[in-house]
Amino acid sequence: MSTMRDFRIWRGDETGGALVDYQVEVNEGEVVLDVIHRLQATQAPDLAVRWNCKAGKCGSCSAEINGKPRLMCMTRMSVFAPDETVTVTPLRTFPVIRDLVTDVSYNYEKARQIPAFAPPPDLRPGEYRMMQVDVERSQEFRKCIECFLCQNTCHVTRDHEENKRVFAGPRLFIRAAELDMHPLDTRKDRKEFAQAEQGLGYCNITKCCTEVCPEHIKITDNGIIPMKERVVDRRYDPLVWLGSKIFRRRS
Amino acid sequence: MTTTATGTEVRSRAKITARTLRTDRWWLAPLLTVLGLLAFVVYATIRAFMGRYYWVDDYHYLTPFYSPCMSQSCIPEAAHFGRPLPEFPGFIPLAVISLPFLLAFRLTCYYYRRAYYRSFWLSPPACAVAEPHAKYTGETRFPLVLQNFHRYFFYAALIISLINTYDALLAFNTADGFGIGLGNLILLGNVLLLWAYTLSCHSCRHIVGGRLRHFSRHPVRYWAWTQVSKLNARHMQFAWITLGTLVLTDAYVMAVSAEWFSDLRFYN
Repeated sequence: MSTMRDFRIWRGDETGGALVDYQVEVNEGEVVLDVIHRLQATQAPDLAVRWNCKAGKCGSCSAEINGKPRLMCMTRMSVFAPDETVTVTPLRTFPVIRDLVTDVSYNYEKARQIPAFAPPPDLRPGEYRMMQVDVERSQEFRKCIECFLCQNTCHVTRDHEENKRVFAGPRLFIRAAELDMHPLDTRKDRKEFAQAEQGLGYCNITKCCTEVCPEHIKITDNGIIPMKERVVDRRYDPLVWLGSKIFRRRS
Repeated sequence: MTTTATGTEVRSRAKITARTLRTDRWWLAPLLTVLGLLAFVVYATIRAFMGRYYWVDDYHYLTPFYSPCMSQSCIPEAAHFGRPLPEFPGFIPLAVISLPFLLAFRLTCYYYRRAYYRSFWLSPPACAVAEPHAKYTGETRFPLVLQNFHRYFFYAALIISLINTYDALLAFNTADGFGIGLGNLILLGNVLLLWAYTLSCHSCRHIVGGRLRHFSRHPVRYWAWTQVSKLNARHMQFAWITLGTLVLTDAYVMAVSAEWFSDLRFYN
């Protein structure tokens, strides 16, 4: 069954823009991205939108739908009331290129700054067998599809552009956690890096990153807070510091 | 690049002036949080400074708001650990030894931080809703950098939970020997939930095993970590439930102590 639905799409570029109203046909079972494609095909052939897999796995079609950061391909039209206007805007934290497409290169620049995985230099292929329990925490973070919805919704940079210089954001915090929890990583300075270079202390754990994650990664509970606690071990806990000096052990 | 009070108005970003385009009731959760936390703070403040109706002599019920009671101002029977401290003036709560640590434990708790940063400080009030502050430095500076001391307050809360457990167990020993009443069940239930809240703490999760890199080399700590992780997933629920059970327990002890009604006894 098809119906005509009201859409408001932000059209423009960095020089300016506005929300434009459309009436579009919507069929049963469709998602927002399907409707955007129909809009492109029938009324707005110059509408810019980034998409790829249409299956919630490539992280390309991130946008804000009725003000909430979401993947367009994973947002069913059935979640809206039949008479509800659906407003689609680009991610509001990143520079807009055109219409629904933003420049997300900030995230890649921050990713490049993280020291790479560093296994023991003398370890040869096949010499180490990892137990599942040792890597399952890191594996949760490997589910990340880099849609950057968490980066977009984090108020540290969303509401304070100046913090982009000193704050890496939740996606990069779980990358730091993934490496710091990895049993084969030999770097000992990841906690200091997270605090001093990534701006971990700016996070006030309001959990919006976790709320918007389409992969349901527990970014705050399993990534950011454990990293904060690891920083506390090194910076604020004299007992742990003393124990590591006396017993010369590393967890 | 020009920055303004609200980051979403930066020149290179999409020109959308609305603070948020959310159409749901995003303001409801922070509003309920404010009301819930304020109600508890008001009740707890009144009770902490009331200085009476904290001990039921017949059944040895002691409210957690007055435990441990160690001042000369305390009723002697309620002082399970003696009264080494002098008499307190009215503006000092009788449980001054424990209350500041419990307050600090909850203030620095990762869940409560989320709750009050959102609802009281509006930073942010809800996801994708612009906060009103011009500058933001998070927990990088004094005083918020002190949030990093959460684990020390967790250690204190562990000791206080032991004391509360001791109080609850002592209450089974009434003036006429072993007995059980509704007050016992309330005290016991409160203590169990306080343990659940305390042990579900994120710092506890880290200390018991979260800081390890090789779980397989520490099977006991890994097991402990998995158990605490299960509790940790419900930390928010325990945070709210224990506020409720604390009030319920205290109000029940107060009511029985003030003889508004008598305790429902099941045995002796």
